[in-house]
Amino acid sequence: MTVQSTPAGSANSLRTQPDERGHFGQFGGRYVAETLMPLILDLEREYRAAQQDPAFQAEFDYLLKQYVGRPSPLYFAERLTEELGGAKVYLKREELNHTGAHKINNCIGQILLARRMGKTRIIAETGAGQHGVATATVAALFGLPCTIFMGAVDVARQQPNVFRMKLLGAEVRAVESGAKTLKDAMNEALRDWVANVHDTFYIIGTVAGPHPYPELVRDFQSVIGNEARAQILEAEGRLPDMLIAPVGGGSNAIGLFHPFLDDRQVEIVGVEAAGEGLDTVRHAASIAGGVPGVLHGNRTFLLQDEDGQITEAHSISAGLDYPGIGPEHAWLHDIGRVRYEPATDAEALASFQRLCKLEGIIPALESAHALAVAERIVPGMAKDKIVIVNLSGRGDKDIFTVAQALGVEL
Amino acid sequence: MSRLPAAFARAASQDRAALVTFVTAGDPSPQGTAAVLDALVAGGADVIELGMPFTDPMADGPAIQRANLRALGSGTTTAAILDIARDFRARHPEVPLVLMGYANPMVRRGPDWFAAAARDAGVDGVICVDIPSEEDDALGPALRTAGIDLIRLATPTTDVARLPAVLENASGFLYYVSVAGITGLQQAAQASVEAAVAHLKAATTLPVAVGFGVRTPEQAGAIGRVADGVVVGSAIVELVEAHGADAAGPVRDYVGSLATALATARKELAA
Repeated sequence: MTVQSTPAGSANSLRTQPDERGHFGQFGGRYVAETLMPLILDLEREYRAAQQDPAFQAEFDYLLKQYVGRPSPLYFAERLTEELGGAKVYLKREELNHTGAHKINNCIGQILLARRMGKTRIIAETGAGQHGVATATVAALFGLPCTIFMGAVDVARQQPNVFRMKLLGAEVRAVESGAKTLKDAMNEALRDWVANVHDTFYIIGTVAGPHPYPELVRDFQSVIGNEARAQILEAEGRLPDMLIAPVGGGSNAIGLFHPFLDDRQVEIVGVEAAGEGLDTVRHAASIAGGVPGVLHGNRTFLLQDEDGQITEAHSISAGLDYPGIGPEHAWLHDIGRVRYEPATDAEALASFQRLCKLEGIIPALESAHALAVAERIVPGMAKDKIVIVNLSGRGDKDIFTVAQALGVEL
Repeated sequence: MSRLPAAFARAASQDRAALVTFVTAGDPSPQGTAAVLDALVAGGADVIELGMPFTDPMADGPAIQRANLRALGSGTTTAAILDIARDFRARHPEVPLVLMGYANPMVRRGPDWFAAAARDAGVDGVICVDIPSEEDDALGPALRTAGIDLIRLATPTTDVARLPAVLENASGFLYYVSVAGITGLQQAAQASVEAAVAHLKAATTLPVAVGFGVRTPEQAGAIGRVADGVVVGSAIVELVEAHGADAAGPVRDYVGSLATALATARKELAA
């Protein structure tokens, strides 16, 4: 369990991205205002130093083990496997982490970087509130003041997480600009950062933003895939045939995928939120329904109109409700190493309920999207095949949304 | 051939800073922007920055954010922005026009398309907030091929080591963002502006224009004593917001007060 430094690897390794300018092929980069540019160059220098520092690695490992509760189990979902009648399905249980999702892995890494850099104030954006809660958690752990930017619409529909963040000592700032959701929260966090560069560290919650964020968030999240690789070798004596994970920005997915990228026999599937369907405008599938463009510091697939105006994303899962995708995913799609498939709100809802009943696990709606695609693919696979699905988070936060979708009043 | 060098040279020959004014294209409406632009010129602006509205203006404060939403809400497309520029050029053959905005609308149809369209509309320069020198490839080569100035931004965080990279391929003028922050909110301490301008002018022969947070004629005059240009944006945008279709008069009067302050600022100092 170590911070994954970019491997020296062979010339055709897929694990050596990005290049020194932060580009993953034509994607990624550092599209930020000049005010922020010196800061992200500093961050990159500090991250390179941390990668070489055994004390940093040791503290990261210690906190992941003793505070987060890692390693997370790789669980053979026997009843789900029986029900689907095909490949064996394993669940990587990220929902058992402290704070209930994979988000905390990255927050631990970034707050350790913030401390190295002598920053005394933490900011973050959040959509559903999971990254906000994880950030507020690590800020409390290290006694740093913390401001979370959250769209006013999300504040209204995610009250339990808002209250959690406040209990943890964070200030939650409701963002009233734009559509008042995740994208606007990120805009506002960037505005705050640019005005407070001297003391503030911005903990970005996914594998997006300007270089080096997509790289360092991936590295911190790669603990998921490194563990899963060792665990499946122990359980089955071989690598899996397929990995499936949900992709909003894509941090849990890249965390699972990255350690397997050079194992070409392992098929890899990312799941985008198709909302009410790809034939409608109400979805969040930026690869299936978007084109390359520049937003929030990087070049990637974006939902946008013909003039480059960003269009609103929609998903029943607030964590997938973003009009872009991490640049490394854009690249992995481009080169064909990872296949991106859509799952609709309705499919995710059905899979959400099925996992509750079959396995006694309430999954996050994000994770339910991955389960939906697993349910589509697994029945057609031979019984001796092995599939790992990333159960990126637990669904307690989603019970109000699910109840509403099912017409139940709580 | 860019009109920017001549405009700064003319102001310098009159011993004053050039007045650079910003409004958002399509604000209050695509049809209503022409009257506002004419008011800027009538008030004495030397250079016009025409903002390209974007759904996600992350370097802008509340005033310009709202202007972006008003413009997009009133149907301001990229084609409409280019029409506004082309019509302005027909009415004002000599006044430099600079498009300012964010990368995505500029590169949506490809940088070459954008650069050629801007050139054909009579645009002299482009300021792109979120393409730093590290990502110059995304737009710079296309603009240079089209003969359009790429105006670079320097900020209080741009250190000595970085400045040469910022200046490389910069043309037209250098825009000094005087505060680390978003548009329209705080104003920088005068002493820090003076020190920064002196530092920048030692490193480049380009005119240095200073902006962010400049609101009053007094502030403009103080900066105009040391800088080659003074940029005013949010205060004008707020007038457009307050007066809507009737904004031309108030905008002309306000810009006139800024121009007067700049015309006399250095003479007051000498007196």
